[in-house]
Amino acid sequence: MATARQTLPQTPAYNTSPYYAVQLRRFAVGSMVTLFTCLFVFVYLLPLGNMVMVALSSQEQLSQTADQSIIPNTAITFTYEGAEYDVYKMPTENGIEEWALINATRRSSEFINTANPEAGLIEWEGSWRTLEPVTKVEFAWDNFGTAWDAINFPRLFGNTLAIAIIGMVGTLLSSICVAYAFARFPLPGKNILFVILIGTIILPTQVTLIPTYAFFAAIGWTGTWLPLVVPHFFANAYNVFLLRQYFLTLPRDLDEAAMIDGAGPLKILLRVIIPQSLPAIIAVSVFHFVFAWNDYFGPLIYLLGKPELQPISVGVQIFNFQYGPRPELVQATSMMALILPVIIFFLAQRFFMRGVVVTGVEK
Amino acid sequence: MATTTTAPISVSSAAPAPQRRTIAQQQRLWGWVFISPWIFGFLAFTLFPMIASLIFSFTDFTIGDPISFIGTTNWERLFTDPSTSQALFITFRFAVVSLPIALGLPLIMASLLNSKVLWGKPILRVLFYIPYMVPAISGIFIWQNFLNGQTGWLNRLFRLIGIADPPNWLFDPRSLTFALVLIGVWGVGNAMLTMLASMQGVPTELYEAAEVDGANALVKWWRITLPMISPVLLYNLVLTIIGLMQYFIVPYVLSNTTRSNPETNFFNLNLYRTAFQFGEMGFASAQAWFIFLIALVLTLVIFATSNRWVYYSGGN
Repeated sequence: MATARQTLPQTPAYNTSPYYAVQLRRFAVGSMVTLFTCLFVFVYLLPLGNMVMVALSSQEQLSQTADQSIIPNTAITFTYEGAEYDVYKMPTENGIEEWALINATRRSSEFINTANPEAGLIEWEGSWRTLEPVTKVEFAWDNFGTAWDAINFPRLFGNTLAIAIIGMVGTLLSSICVAYAFARFPLPGKNILFVILIGTIILPTQVTLIPTYAFFAAIGWTGTWLPLVVPHFFANAYNVFLLRQYFLTLPRDLDEAAMIDGAGPLKILLRVIIPQSLPAIIAVSVFHFVFAWNDYFGPLIYLLGKPELQPISVGVQIFNFQYGPRPELVQATSMMALILPVIIFFLAQRFFMRGVVVTGVEK
Repeated sequence: MATTTTAPISVSSAAPAPQRRTIAQQQRLWGWVFISPWIFGFLAFTLFPMIASLIFSFTDFTIGDPISFIGTTNWERLFTDPSTSQALFITFRFAVVSLPIALGLPLIMASLLNSKVLWGKPILRVLFYIPYMVPAISGIFIWQNFLNGQTGWLNRLFRLIGIADPPNWLFDPRSLTFALVLIGVWGVGNAMLTMLASMQGVPTELYEAAEVDGANALVKWWRITLPMISPVLLYNLVLTIIGLMQYFIVPYVLSNTTRSNPETNFFNLNLYRTAFQFGEMGFASAQAWFIFLIALVLTLVIFATSNRWVYYSGGN
């Protein structure tokens, strides 16, 4: 290894490594795989590009014919004697010039050269419809403001955030305790209980839906956030499973050392288990946050007719019902709605992946 | 502090047997305390509602009206109601078409992201996961836009490569299933993540041993990666089937926003209408138990046959 390093500077243009062919092959394979993956991602995320472009288009731009460019653009106009006229690309002996169409008839039309309007009207023989209009790229940034005001985005956002965070606190408190019980305490029938717990993961929600709804309706909780947040304070199988698997990987020596120091079970949980389990706890938090951000069915049935309490997922639909088809506003709202979850995932992903990876190994 | 540290030691040396039993009892008590939220939640939000919905399925329960038992009328109606059988057919057809993609696509994606030779993994991982974070409702709007017959990018792409008359995806009953499958490819993020996590847990010695024997990348993937992650594949297979049986949001939003297309009458949407639009909670409970029993049978069949293709390295 040391000799190879010494010989390298003497012959900088020639790779003396005996693994040169292997390196070259690895480079070729690596670039092929990366290229393929990038193409894959590009196709996979194409609808997002479509969303961005529509969100940045104005209503007029969208109502133009279908064979427009995918980037929102607007026809340029030229003001002549106080009126606005469309501008077209006109092939002349000086190359392509931008002429404004003043009087249009079928066979011949009168134009103004926008670069030289003093020359006056120019008669041109031919159909103006064959000419290509001059356009400029124009993004309708004010769609975001319009959508923001129209659906009262701050209120929807605040509702979504509150529901997500209350539920997150609930599921963390309860799932950590339950996972701790499964991972560390000798309970009779613990294995059977664990099988039942895992069984609830594969239980379709419909089968509990109607009695649960009837129960919440009977105690007057429909039309409030309570049915959306209270059940999360009673642990969730998926989160318990994830946390238990993580807790099992932690060495028991530290628990026992703390126990010998006189720490009770609650203190061990707070001082020993939780500080060591942050990746898994962050993973559970993010999972819950994404779930709550996307949850649609719960808010739909429990917050029916209460627009002031609805989260984004349900509130966004107003555009399709009240405002007629306004795709640009729907897409602008969709864009605004996905910004926060994406930011949170970016920030949390380092811890988060570690939490999922370790828990994944165990299964 | 000093007394608390010495107390257990001195006591255990004096009278070990009875004291140890009380510590075990104490531990057990604490265990029950910590597990109690789930026990309560399971009884209140799972077991009790399940029994209640089974009972409801034999009644004419309608919110606000008195309940009376009507025997098996609701269950008999399941087999005669044309809307229910149509919904079941639509749900199964969609499940059969989308299951291979819902499992194959995340497997391909996870395998790519797990590849040793891939560059830029952190950013690619986030890019692959982004669609899963898009709020479901936004995702549907984004796809409605993308699949728009005139202005959607998909059909523009088709026209660009010479297909003059591409289908109007969401409005044409013949192409709707494929459109829904396309929308579904954005929901595979979680399956990808669990598969990737378990691929990263495969011991590297196995690959090294295979390399010594001269195995190429494809052989290693087929002979080592797939068997080693088969428990996670089983887990995802079961969860995907349950998810497909519960398919709701996309058809619900489509049936609200596009003109009514009978092909969007999925089982769960039909159930939602029965319960919350027509208020027939009794019949809806029978429908819920019906789809639950179907999902249960499918799950049991999968588990019963899983020992043929699932490999547990721990031996359990």
